[in-house]
Amino acid sequence: MTAPARPKLAVWKFASCDGCQLSLLNCEDELLSIAGAVHIAYFPEATRAVVEGPYELSLVEGSITTPEDVKRIHEIRSKSGTLVTIGACATAGGIQALRNWADVEEFRSIVYAHPEYLSTLDTSTPIASHVDVDYELRGCPVDKSQLVEVLAAFLGGRKPRIPTYSVCVECKLKGNVCVPIASGQPCLGPVTQAGCGALCPSYGRGCYGCFGPQDSANTDSLTHQLHKLGMRWDDIVRVYRTFNAGAPEFEAASNKVASGGAL
Amino acid sequence: MTHQLKDGGQVLNVGMLARVEGEGGMHIEIKDRKVVSVKLNIFEPPRFYEGFLRGRKYTEPPDITARICGICPVAYQSASTEAMETICGVTTTPEIQLMRRLLYCGEWIESHALHIFMLHAPDFLGYDSVLEMAKDHADVVNMALRLKKAGNDVMELVGGRAIHPVNVKVGGFYRMPTLTELEGLVPDLERGLEDALAAVQLVATFNFPEMEQDYNYVSLRHPDWYPLERGTEIVATSGVRFPLAEVGEHIKEFHVEHSNALHASFDGEKYFVGPLARYSLNFDQLSPRCQEAALRAGLGQTCRNPFKSIIVRTVELAYAFEEALRIIDLWADGHAPSVPVAPRAGEGIGASEAPRGTIWHRYKIDSDGVILDAQIVPPTSQNQASIEADLRLAAQQWVDLDDHTLTHRCEAAIRNYDPCISCATHFLDLRIKRS
Repeated sequence: MTAPARPKLAVWKFASCDGCQLSLLNCEDELLSIAGAVHIAYFPEATRAVVEGPYELSLVEGSITTPEDVKRIHEIRSKSGTLVTIGACATAGGIQALRNWADVEEFRSIVYAHPEYLSTLDTSTPIASHVDVDYELRGCPVDKSQLVEVLAAFLGGRKPRIPTYSVCVECKLKGNVCVPIASGQPCLGPVTQAGCGALCPSYGRGCYGCFGPQDSANTDSLTHQLHKLGMRWDDIVRVYRTFNAGAPEFEAASNKVASGGAL
Repeated sequence: MTHQLKDGGQVLNVGMLARVEGEGGMHIEIKDRKVVSVKLNIFEPPRFYEGFLRGRKYTEPPDITARICGICPVAYQSASTEAMETICGVTTTPEIQLMRRLLYCGEWIESHALHIFMLHAPDFLGYDSVLEMAKDHADVVNMALRLKKAGNDVMELVGGRAIHPVNVKVGGFYRMPTLTELEGLVPDLERGLEDALAAVQLVATFNFPEMEQDYNYVSLRHPDWYPLERGTEIVATSGVRFPLAEVGEHIKEFHVEHSNALHASFDGEKYFVGPLARYSLNFDQLSPRCQEAALRAGLGQTCRNPFKSIIVRTVELAYAFEEALRIIDLWADGHAPSVPVAPRAGEGIGASEAPRGTIWHRYKIDSDGVILDAQIVPPTSQNQASIEADLRLAAQQWVDLDDHTLTHRCEAAIRNYDPCISCATHFLDLRIKRS
């Protein structure tokens, strides 16, 4: 990643909760410095001012769920130098990717009285399924210090230093007691990428996979362990199918269990 | 952007309404100086939460529904936990309720500080963004960032994380914070309370456009407290009041073509939820200090000018700081973080006062705790009709303003509601058409 003196930054939103771009506004200590280092050219959640592209850096939040958004992401790609996706929706399709296993017609009619008013796709897919992505930042939501690291790396013309090892490593570093061993609660820590600081185990609950699969996730082994802890197969399917349900490793693991392949 | 029509009329176009959460648009048609049509278009893509909640377990909505909104996740967590506990016939402890209220204070502080200073104040002070505002009002912006951070600090300690807290579950919490940890928050909360009280007087000096409507305000009400994390009944300016369990009989959702967020009616009519409604219906429940600050700022016990919602929101900001300090002062270690909640077949409702107004959830579960049906009614979808009514009045009242000024005024009228469009559909293309 390389950057000019004061590069133009744009923040884009697709299907999402706004939480990842809010993480940028939540950098209370760094926000004014960031605004000094980059030219915030397009960020509707924060400003009415719109500066035309191209943009040196685009941050993209959210997943692709409508025909219009398929077109929009290609337009954004064409006017962006570096494109970074932020969060689980943009990198894996988000919780709304649960539609990928369901009959969207049925969903439409459950929620809306006039489904014919809606324009929506049958799937929720990550940005990288549609355009080239330069870097994917994980998390539901992203961790704000990792977000600042991505911005600093871009400005410094280097790769972001983001670990891809598991949450287990963070637990060890913090000295946490192992939740599944000590209390028998299911924990996705062994297959989940670090980045949150092992938040859930620090609060006495098992990890539920906000940061998606780590670089060498052994889901078969975890599935086996979860079953040994007493979880039913349908419950195991559900723990893989949350905010990163569409991440390839989690998707394959849940499909394997659902089809009886883990028995 | 202004377009001249062949017949001499005009269309004003703003690509995307800024400083709101989510994506939506506005379409206003003016003919012979008369506003003929107003539509708040919400085209934020639907995410079908109510669809995929079916078949999930009763323990999952606090984590799943939090993802509807990154700005007010606790509102969803509170309403969903209460609904499940009601269905399962479980009452938590007073300490768990207090800790929930403290977490909610954190969310109000974070969300209100964001809206007051970063989204709304630039309208009154004439800036495009808080970043522009910071060049001339560095002290105010630094104070705002401090206030917001104090709220996030509460959420990070009590909830584990400021966005999508991890520590909330049906039955209570995974872990109770300790008194020592809580006391660490006190200096920033004390400074925050002083700053927020001063900010009430500061925002009261803004110039407010004169505009009032006879709103039917609707809010939760609790016999002991100003409503935040829960309430026992729903009250309305119209005089109607009923227990929370009956909300489905009075509030009906319906689908209109120009919005991906369901509209709602209260006994068949439009209504208004949010800080103005809460304040006007629960003024007596505010602390004496906040009441005094409100009156000194020139507010009455009710407020019907939506542009003054920024003052009311700041009063609530101060109240949230005061409440947080009160709860920490009462706190003692040694309380169980949660109570067990076994599944029981049934249907039930949970509600809370999100920063933007009343939110309620209804669930139906079977005896294994599997969700059979879910309904989630967030504040912004309930307010769509009121927002459209305000736009209609504002556009008519100021029809002789030039297009640029009128467009800006109408945008501000929408931002009075602090609309959260992610919540409601969970985009704004602003158009004024003149002919």
